[in-house]
Amino acid sequence: MKHLAEYDIIVVGGGHAGCEAAAAAANLGSTVLMVTMDLSRIAQMSCNPAMGGIAKGQIIREIDALGGYSGIVTDRTMIQFRMLNLSKGPAMWSPRSQNDRAEFADEWRKTLEGIQNIDFWQDTVTKLIIEKNVIVGVVTSIGKEVYGKSVILTAGTFLNGLIHIGKKNFGGGRVGEKASGGISEQLSLHGFETGRMKTGTPPRIDGRSLNYSLMEEQFGDDNPSKFSFTDTKPLKKQRSCHITYTNQDTHEILRTGFADSPMYSGRIEGTGPRYCPSIEDKIERFSERDRHQLFVEPEGWNTVEVYLNGFSTSLSEEIQNKALRTIRGFENAKMFRPGYAIEYDYFPPSQLRMTLETKYVENLYFAGQINGTTGYEEAACQGLMAGINAHLKINEREPLILGRSEAYIGVLIDDLITKGTDEPYRMFTSRAEYRLLLRQDNADLRLTPKSHELGLASDERMKAVENKRHTADSLLDYFKDTSVAPVEINELLSRLGTAEIKQKIKLEKLLSRPQVGFSDLKNELPQLSAFVESLPAEEEGAMQAEIQLKYSGYLIREQEMVEKMSRLENIVLHSDFEYLKLPSLSSEAREKLTKIKPSTIGQASRISGVSPSDISVLMVFLGR
Amino acid sequence: MQFDTDTICALSTPTGTSAIAVIRVTGNEAFDICKQLFEPADTKKDINKESAFSIHYGFIKDNNDIIDEVLISLFRNPHSYTGEDLIEISCHGSIYVQQKVLQLLVNAGARTAKPGEFTMRAFLNGKMDLTKAEAVADLIASSTAAAHKTAINQMRGGFSDELKELRQKLLDFASLIELELDFSEEDVEFADRKALTTLILEINDMLKRLIDSFSLGNVIKNGVPVAIIGKPNVGKSTLLNALLNEERAIVSDIPGTTRDYLEDSVNMNGILYRFIDTAGIRKSTDEIESKGIEKTFEKINEAKIVLYMFEALETDVPQIEKDLAELSLDTDTDTIIVINKTDQVTGDSIEEKFKSVKDVVLISALNKVNLSSLTEKIESFVTVQSVESNDTIITNARHYEALSKSLAGIEEVISGLNNKISGELLAADIRNSLTHLGEITGEVTNDELLGNIFGRFCIGK
Repeated sequence: MKHLAEYDIIVVGGGHAGCEAAAAAANLGSTVLMVTMDLSRIAQMSCNPAMGGIAKGQIIREIDALGGYSGIVTDRTMIQFRMLNLSKGPAMWSPRSQNDRAEFADEWRKTLEGIQNIDFWQDTVTKLIIEKNVIVGVVTSIGKEVYGKSVILTAGTFLNGLIHIGKKNFGGGRVGEKASGGISEQLSLHGFETGRMKTGTPPRIDGRSLNYSLMEEQFGDDNPSKFSFTDTKPLKKQRSCHITYTNQDTHEILRTGFADSPMYSGRIEGTGPRYCPSIEDKIERFSERDRHQLFVEPEGWNTVEVYLNGFSTSLSEEIQNKALRTIRGFENAKMFRPGYAIEYDYFPPSQLRMTLETKYVENLYFAGQINGTTGYEEAACQGLMAGINAHLKINEREPLILGRSEAYIGVLIDDLITKGTDEPYRMFTSRAEYRLLLRQDNADLRLTPKSHELGLASDERMKAVENKRHTADSLLDYFKDTSVAPVEINELLSRLGTAEIKQKIKLEKLLSRPQVGFSDLKNELPQLSAFVESLPAEEEGAMQAEIQLKYSGYLIREQEMVEKMSRLENIVLHSDFEYLKLPSLSSEAREKLTKIKPSTIGQASRISGVSPSDISVLMVFLGR
Repeated sequence: MQFDTDTICALSTPTGTSAIAVIRVTGNEAFDICKQLFEPADTKKDINKESAFSIHYGFIKDNNDIIDEVLISLFRNPHSYTGEDLIEISCHGSIYVQQKVLQLLVNAGARTAKPGEFTMRAFLNGKMDLTKAEAVADLIASSTAAAHKTAINQMRGGFSDELKELRQKLLDFASLIELELDFSEEDVEFADRKALTTLILEINDMLKRLIDSFSLGNVIKNGVPVAIIGKPNVGKSTLLNALLNEERAIVSDIPGTTRDYLEDSVNMNGILYRFIDTAGIRKSTDEIESKGIEKTFEKINEAKIVLYMFEALETDVPQIEKDLAELSLDTDTDTIIVINKTDQVTGDSIEEKFKSVKDVVLISALNKVNLSSLTEKIESFVTVQSVESNDTIITNARHYEALSKSLAGIEEVISGLNNKISGELLAADIRNSLTHLGEITGEVTNDELLGNIFGRFCIGK
């Protein structure tokens, strides 16, 4: 039966992935329907009220550079901003913010409502309509059928979600919200494998019951920056976080709850993340530590609710309550609601193509936590890429696939699909082999041109990128061509504690000294400052030039590695390649390649169990 | 990865001693690299300017030392086996020479080829028929297996343990650096730079020690060189023949018969010995013989053990002591005084006569009398000094290369620590090192690094 598609793209779910997916597809020109269980809970921050951080902040900058909204929404609703890792080199600088939870969700909703092509429908999707392994629509709980050319599933933790608090457990996608069932079961009939994962969240506390004078205050930056490359405004006033610690008494009380803990009694089957352990896990695994750090994070400008970062737990509510009151500053603490653990279905991501389309059902895309990731940023960037690629596919255009050397987003998707994941996947900078190239400061240079070419990033964004690049290039030429005499500069050099010069020297040489910064030279040399001021995007361009010059040795080396690998990345492997028929491959390689179906030789080379000699064999068979 | 156009080298003839061996060098810089170690006999020649398909005579040199005299054949892309610039070095077939030439090529910037890599390149450059694909693929698969087996067999003593330890230390170091980068917001204590420096210096020492063991490893793999020296006609060639049980050296009564040197290998109790019969030591006016004598002194310097032969009748203890002093051997060369031609002496006064000489053996090479005492003596030096005291030995040129490149990376890290460069740059250097070491041990993956961090530190707010 042929149905008329009412929408180009149906997005199931309204979390961080769903929002970016809907916005990107609609802005590219697709008609989009967002189906979500509760329209008042769009873009919820279900865990901590914060965005960014190390590696995650870089991802938001990339989303922004590609024309997504996470950076803009974050900037408009933040209550504190810090640039992390400033004591390290620019590749490590990572923006992080605390946000007003309610405003964040509100801002996202307003943003989506401002996009003409998006319609909304409040309901639960209970079934997918799949004909001959092609998706054509969805069925909701009230039996409504909606047809679309493609469907992006962003179900988060809602698929068969099961919440645990102490001995109690009940179905739910978040506390107070229903889980959704049926879809995992239906998809497994189409050949999909599912797994269980676990994550947890700490109790929320009434800020009026805390004694902040007993805690350390953690301020935002004095000169706060922001996430978006657009003209959003940095913060003028900020709210502080506070730091306190658990102690031996806290640990004692928590231990009394272990017998009833869903983690230790075996009621939880899913795998939790090692880098975000529950407090009970921390005291069990690192029993030599007599305290653990906790962050008290405000939930917004106008709320007394606080989030106790570091105290994720699924012990019973009584134990949580008792343990909390042993913490310094928490002597009279009152909970708004207890922490809990949640188990949910995910689909091992090796079942996806690089576009996030599933291998088994055409035009069906998965994005976000459903793919085994964790984190708002990780979810949002998958949503963005799924939205872009779903639109491109139905318009018969080439997909947008970002390489590992182009974006953290590329690293993330390649890792998921090539290696799979058996614990919730979070981004770390160490996952990127080209860390020095993937900086937050150059995300726009790396990605905006690609997005602009697709028609997503605006002309205005592109113009800004061109200005920044022009200024950086002009300055680099200037440094190369311009010399200074000892008399002009020696006073500055001695002030900076570096050797004075005896004869004229190129600015390039001076700037490559670690002690000498661009702003030092600019203040000292009037001709340089006049030159810079004549250029557009002065500040950002100058920063680019300085970074590119100071790190040139390392940047060149990474660039060379990228070029070496690119030969492999460009050799396409077709999905119908019959690995099982190649006896020269090792048996492990045959099995893994058949399962993962890598799209390039480069991707194949990253699959664990596929050796260099297997790769040689493949190359030979490709007749290269 | 192995699909580069960088320059690679490999032995193209079977390993082991042979008359002639061929070493192939292919890649963009094949000519420039070979130029660094090849000196044409006609020193005005520049191989870069010589035409393709030409052959040139000259020397392989390690700085100023001549390693071998060779012929090199030049091929230019695309008209070569691999389709790239290619040079074939035809050298003499001793294992020492083969390994030495490969080592020099590596030091000059080539990389040892991986199994099947020459064929692979030929294939990629369209020099082979597609129908051969399967055969080539099988070859790669099987030669990899064979190479792997060989590599394991080549790991002597504690090599693999020591490598494991080295890898773990590097992993720990890398984890500490990554911890600082990715988890600076966490409540974990970061290693202070002093502790990091101590750890990296330890790694540095370990790498250096392994690299140094390469020359000793080669000795064991390619044979312990034993030089037989002495005055002309003292019976050196007769002794060599007796040891080899075959008439190999030309034996005659005319002094100076062995004008250059002869060598051959004997396996005694599992260890290979390369016996080198040298020209006699005497003042000579014969030009060719003088060259032979010069060569003798070179061989003495290369030898691990020197058999210094004297005639029983014509020698006394003061003479031996005087000759030994004149020879002034390296302290790590072991010398055995061999008193030959005991058959010409009657009575047992002879043992009494040489009793005071250290490490002395009395034989008759001609009648093969008391040779077992001599071989036992030789073996006693080898087992005691070389094998037992150095249980970690690398013998494989590829291991040597991987370790050398790791070391270069580690040296970058050390200078980085001294210059206080920031963590992500240190991490880039250490990753570089780990990649090279991964050639032997298997690469360190990001997952492994993270696993190490999560296992050791309490991460997670």
